[in-house]
Amino acid sequence: MKPQDLTESLHEHPFLNNMNEELLKTLTSCASNVVFNEGTYLFHEGEDAKTFYLLRSGRVVLEVRGGERGQIRIQTVGAGEVLGWSWLISPYKWHFDAFALEQVHAFAIDASCLVSKCETDCHFGYEMLRRFSEVLERRLEATRLQLLDVYGSAVGERGENY
Amino acid sequence: MIDTNIAVKRTEAPISMLPALATVRRVIWETDDTYTLLIDPPRANGRSFAFSAGQFNMVYAFGTGESAISISSDPSRPNMLAHTIHRVGTVTSALSRLRRGDTIGLRGPFGTAWPIEEAVGKDVCIAAGGIGLAPLRPVIYTLLRRREEFGRIMILYGARSPLDLLYRVELEEWSKAANAEVIITVDRGDSSWKGHIGVVTGLFSYLKMDTPATLAMVCGPEVMMKYTCEELERRGLAAERIYLSMERNMKCGVGLCGHCQFGPKFICKDGPVFSLPQIKHLLDRKEI
Repeated sequence: MKPQDLTESLHEHPFLNNMNEELLKTLTSCASNVVFNEGTYLFHEGEDAKTFYLLRSGRVVLEVRGGERGQIRIQTVGAGEVLGWSWLISPYKWHFDAFALEQVHAFAIDASCLVSKCETDCHFGYEMLRRFSEVLERRLEATRLQLLDVYGSAVGERGENY
Repeated sequence: MIDTNIAVKRTEAPISMLPALATVRRVIWETDDTYTLLIDPPRANGRSFAFSAGQFNMVYAFGTGESAISISSDPSRPNMLAHTIHRVGTVTSALSRLRRGDTIGLRGPFGTAWPIEEAVGKDVCIAAGGIGLAPLRPVIYTLLRRREEFGRIMILYGARSPLDLLYRVELEEWSKAANAEVIITVDRGDSSWKGHIGVVTGLFSYLKMDTPATLAMVCGPEVMMKYTCEELERRGLAAERIYLSMERNMKCGVGLCGHCQFGPKFICKDGPVFSLPQIKHLLDRKEI
């Protein structure tokens, strides 16, 4: 895909919604198209986080190693969503395994390239951090809701609880 | 001296306070702890038992007690009532032990209905959590029966685990309807589960909703409904186009006893279906 085509494709991803052309071009210089086959891992827990992904199609499940409980699937991420922010935060290691439930098409963003652009262009750096903060906030909110185990409480329909 | 007023009050008690006899036709176990009672409804003066999507009945297990349960069957088939019930206490346990031919008491139908006529010509987003799918099932039946009157139908459903999903066969059937989508997520899934994992609010990322043309109906645990309504509003859906069904401990079913008081409202009489602006200020508030 030509850089110009890649920029146009990136522009359609919800994570980059309304990003101006100049910043988008900066990001494009760090981006590439990738495909993962169904049943393969995108990355493993403990590995260096050198990339993040903007998913275009397919679904990825995040797994955490639960000791004797084996692999525990904690969340799925799909088209239009962002996968991975460990590249942004020390020690820059993946905290989960990411497994492709279906064939996955994604934009892979090279982290060292992106960090270098962020450090030399503060406006770009702020814009990326602002967008990632929104993703982090929403994931945190979803995790809290998941922890509430709202469907597990012993209350029946229409308040019948006796 | 006899207090005749008491006798008069008793004889003049509204018919809605008197349970009518209904016969159990079948008990279907949906999950380990949730079942659907199929009932031959009572007939009043030869008339069939009519109800609207969203209403509930007071279901009486003789010798044990009475419980408010949403009607989960098709309003166009009033000769067969369904109640999907979570077994959590003495009444719901007693009801779960019923067999074909057993008799129960039934009062109702009570409460407000989902705004199906308001949804005509619009896209409809149905967001359900856990057993909250049961009060929405009559809506889905109606939308699919009158398919050409509505736009796109989006059904988002969240459950605790794959084993806790209700109406699995129907979910599959609904997903095959024209211009309809069913997206299911679970809080916890294992390697055999190929669907989504995460909270129901996360599913909105996968929909490109035409929010000005959409009406939403939401039912589930209160905290789930609160976050779902926030997400819908964040995506541009007007609060006036969002409806939700509330639950409280209902006793009389007609707004007399006060058990289900919700701020200035009674859930049994003013609800259970409310528009979001009616109750937004009360959602997730303590002591309400």
